Amino acid sequence: MLKWITFAPLIGALLCGFLGKKLGEKFVSLVACGSVAVSMVLAFFAFFTKLLPLPEGQRVVTEHFFTWIEVGTFRADFAYLLDPLSGTYILFITGVGLLIHIYATGYMHGDEGFYRFFAYLNLFMFMMLTLVLGDNLLLLFVGWEGVGLCSYLLIGYYIERQEAGDAAKKAFIVNRIGDFGYSIGVMVAFTTFTSVSFVDKTIGGKLIPSLLTQAAEKPVEAVGAFGIMTAIALLLFVGACGKSAQVPLFVWLPDAMAGPTPVSALIHAATMVTAGVYLTARCSAIFTRSQTALLIVAVVGAFTAMFAATIGIAQNDIKKVLAYSTVSQLGYMFLACGVGAFTAGIFHVMTHAFFKALLFLGAGSVIHGMHEEQDIRRMGGLKKYMPWTFKTMMVGWLAISGVPLLSGFFSKDEILWQTWSSTALPTGLTKTLWFLALATALLTAVYMTRLMVLTFWGKERFDVAKDEGHHKTEHHEGEHHAIHPHESPKVMWIPLVVLAVLSIVGGYVGVSAAWGGSNAIEHFLSPVIAKAAPMIDTAHGAAAATASHAAEAAEAHHDVTTERIFTGISVVVAFLGIFLGWTMFTAQPLRKMPSLLENKYYVDEIYDAAIVNPILGTSRNFLWRILDVKIIDGAINGIAHLFGETGSTMRFLQTGFARSYAAIMLVGAIVLILYFTFR
Amino acid sequence: MELYLITILLFLPLLGAASMWGHSLAFLHRVPLERIREHYRWIALVIAGLEFLISLILLFKFDSSKSEPQFQLNIPWIEGLGAHFHLGVDGISLWLVVLTTFLLPIAILVTWRVNNNVRAYFTTLFLLETGIIGVFVSLDMLLFYLFWEMSIIPMGFLIGVWGAEREHRVHATIKFLIFTVVGSLFMLVGIIGVFYYSGATTFDLLEITQTLQSNRAAGRELIPANLAVWFWLAFALGFFVKIPIWPLHAWLPETYVQAPTSGSIMMAGVMAKMGAYGLMRFNLPLFPDVSMKFAPWVMALAVIGLIYGALLAIVQTDLKRLVAYSSLSHLGYVILGIFAFTSQSMQGALFQMINHGISTGALFVCVGLITQRRQTREISEFGGMATQMPGYSTAFMIIAFSSLGLPLLNGFIGEILILVGTFSSSVPYSKVFAVIGAAGVVLASIYILWKMQRVLFGAVTKEENKELEDLTRRERVALIPMVALAIVLGVTPMVFLRASDRTVNQVRTAVVQQSSK
Repeated sequence: MLKWITFAPLIGALLCGFLGKKLGEKFVSLVACGSVAVSMVLAFFAFFTKLLPLPEGQRVVTEHFFTWIEVGTFRADFAYLLDPLSGTYILFITGVGLLIHIYATGYMHGDEGFYRFFAYLNLFMFMMLTLVLGDNLLLLFVGWEGVGLCSYLLIGYYIERQEAGDAAKKAFIVNRIGDFGYSIGVMVAFTTFTSVSFVDKTIGGKLIPSLLTQAAEKPVEAVGAFGIMTAIALLLFVGACGKSAQVPLFVWLPDAMAGPTPVSALIHAATMVTAGVYLTARCSAIFTRSQTALLIVAVVGAFTAMFAATIGIAQNDIKKVLAYSTVSQLGYMFLACGVGAFTAGIFHVMTHAFFKALLFLGAGSVIHGMHEEQDIRRMGGLKKYMPWTFKTMMVGWLAISGVPLLSGFFSKDEILWQTWSSTALPTGLTKTLWFLALATALLTAVYMTRLMVLTFWGKERFDVAKDEGHHKTEHHEGEHHAIHPHESPKVMWIPLVVLAVLSIVGGYVGVSAAWGGSNAIEHFLSPVIAKAAPMIDTAHGAAAATASHAAEAAEAHHDVTTERIFTGISVVVAFLGIFLGWTMFTAQPLRKMPSLLENKYYVDEIYDAAIVNPILGTSRNFLWRILDVKIIDGAINGIAHLFGETGSTMRFLQTGFARSYAAIMLVGAIVLILYFTFR
Repeated sequence: MELYLITILLFLPLLGAASMWGHSLAFLHRVPLERIREHYRWIALVIAGLEFLISLILLFKFDSSKSEPQFQLNIPWIEGLGAHFHLGVDGISLWLVVLTTFLLPIAILVTWRVNNNVRAYFTTLFLLETGIIGVFVSLDMLLFYLFWEMSIIPMGFLIGVWGAEREHRVHATIKFLIFTVVGSLFMLVGIIGVFYYSGATTFDLLEITQTLQSNRAAGRELIPANLAVWFWLAFALGFFVKIPIWPLHAWLPETYVQAPTSGSIMMAGVMAKMGAYGLMRFNLPLFPDVSMKFAPWVMALAVIGLIYGALLAIVQTDLKRLVAYSSLSHLGYVILGIFAFTSQSMQGALFQMINHGISTGALFVCVGLITQRRQTREISEFGGMATQMPGYSTAFMIIAFSSLGLPLLNGFIGEILILVGTFSSSVPYSKVFAVIGAAGVVLASIYILWKMQRVLFGAVTKEENKELEDLTRRERVALIPMVALAIVLGVTPMVFLRASDRTVNQVRTAVVQQSSK
């Protein structure tokens, strides 16, 4: 059954791709949404009837489809693994995926490549589900690269636009740089464990425990130690950084907004970009064996969160703001993983999927209603034109800002608290990270408020003169005055409403004990997530720490009063951010933002100058024009030339006259005779 | 029948060539020339197709539980020298033979419109096919050498007569001939040397390998160690030039560019593998010690070529030259895999040979098709083909992605097996090589996406590109099997890997065990 969860959308993709052009929009809509619906029903069915009834701690459902690669001891199967982690993922992937599919039938209505769009989108669902259901690192990689492919195809969906093509290419290549790390990670893992599988496998007649089981038995490597576990963890994390757009590989995600908005919602916000978090959580057994790796994950996450949030404040393209916001929120998730709170990270993945998909689809609805306008400086006052979009987006805004009782509040608060109270990292560091995360929360509230204020409140600024080429509107200057914003069709706003509801209630699966909840999601996930060992005092060594870590983790947890105080702090920060944003941007919506931020710290320019251009220049001007053409080929031609020269020099000997040959022979004979006489 | 299966494969192409000449004797004066050319084309296609079907019989009758050559035929040939007409197919050569017979009909289909000396053209292709298959099925060193040379000459004619540009193709031909012939002369030296020192009365490869091995097992090295190094080098030189290995690739860009599409397909698709095959067939079993000793050096050259080819591919402006350098890069993986001596890496190398035949072959087809339509290979002349030629673009994209190693397509399987195998190999520095090799995958995505974007995407800017015809039926018949195979190989690689498993492991264990003695 698990395989059909993935195959339903694949079949949909094939049908749309091969028959869609002929059979038209109705057919494509039906097949595309229908196949995802089938997949969703199966996913829920599998989750609730197969997985949940199993006793806690043994919730594993596997399904072997066929042996994909088996050479020597290297084995990777087409086999699926449903456990609490992948179970959680398939639920929100198929759920949010279905909503976005439905929305997209409205959004893409009338587009020439309608069938192609849905073929790619369905293919994406197949790949994404394969990614999370795959039972080994290699099948995971199939999905991993596959979603990258679909992302590439969909970012570049508007084929004629140069910048869409550039963005697509950039996304793929930057992801490939991450995959470079991933594939080396696979090599090291295989060499270390003789297994690349998450479940135990019989290889060559021998039962090989899963790499996670084997990893869990390794000693913990302390901060500063760069052992094999650190290597594997960090290499996989390089892959995660690429896919989940973390510093320094985040540069592709903002550009990826060149794709149609439903794509941004599904792929570049809700699902694909959280694959890196999935990988980290899936391999938590490896990551927790290395405190160096955890530290780096946490620092990269917190830094990215902060860094992207500052850029987000100064962007004017509605989708770019959301893109940087996504990068920032992904940073949160990695921060959670880094401090050992993988479950909090996954919890945030889920709530983020709801509210960020909501925000993106809302933005899409705004763009749709504004006739492809994306610049928030030229919006304003839209709430009266688009009531549903406005109301639903407001939920998303409050949820991401961390307003109490909405989903984002619970997950973000959990991350903040876990960061503060983490024992997996040096105390000074956890406090700093916590502070960074808190400041990011403030910024998040500010930039989201700015986005909302500029879009929905204030004066209508539909005809404000274009700023120098920062946006990509399709229409001509003259049409500006003719803009009549309108609400999007039902098929688009109904998914918004559903997502809004999810954004409100989605957080209640993770209410922490300090607030009377049971933190169901943490309990549910924890059997498949390894616990981080408490900081190793290097003087003592790993063994003792491993032995006591379970007890300590439980103990360190429930300092209820402190936790409540910290929740209070984050609530205050959320409201402070909204207040700041509100007062700043209602008063002066078009205030000038710092140009360093507006230009995204010039990261793209720096990469071009430091990496891209030198490689191109060297390849073209040295490797090709000099080494290959002049030296290697030149040497060969030189040899040929040498023979030629030798030949023509010696030619005078070949006079063709018998008498000269006779003379030469005579001279030779005399020389020989003299030699043998006098030697 | 089974006994003569390979013999039929060897001689059917010659029969095809002969039948065209016979046909012209019978009809030339009665039928207009254009009609008779059409006849040649169909005769060529039918014979090449038949050849492919027969090779499929080979495939089905092949017993993958055996490691030794099957369908063996062994009859005396030149008795005085001890040369035998000894043919056979094992797990390594099986796929290469099938690849050859698979690619030839495609090469015929995509150059259907060759109008210059049609009969001679197809004759040349058939001679080439016999030569290449002969190389893969010969189990006698002299016979091997004969076929080896036999494959070079027709290729020279293909480039020189049916090549791209009059002013360059002759130069390209000469360069190609000099390189490969000099290389194969070294190989001949190696063959004679081995024959002499092994004290054999025969050129039979199996026998000689056996003799050397059993003596080695008894502690006797028949070939003195210092000479073995030289013989190894002599063989290697011949093979390295053929693959080619950096820096012996100087002939490659020009030759690939000038060759007609059929020539490029056969050259990159199968002739490059003759080199890699030779290494597995001669260098490894005959000189396990030397192979082991030189392994890090060869792997170093392989990764240099791998990165170098990719970097150069990035900056090319000529579409075909780009594919040529990418081919250099991809073949680096094959060599890397062979000399890492693990079962994953060697199986991966063999798999990568097949992959490369399909992917690079198909890339040459793709390039050939638009070159034919536009009479130019400059990348900047294209753009926006996706809207003009959707069918073509789909095929091109799948092939391009297979070539950059996307999972579920063939390229990935080969690369991951080679890299994983190389990383876990015990050859010195192999981990470093594996890491560099993995970096090649990143570079591959750069040049391939770059090319794809500039050719397929964007707006149509050139007037000439507006009325281009999408794939014709014939072109579809040529391309679809390649695309399909790229997918099949990527999804169910075990079908292919199983057949070669035994043979490859036998070669591997022979090297690893004997060199450790």
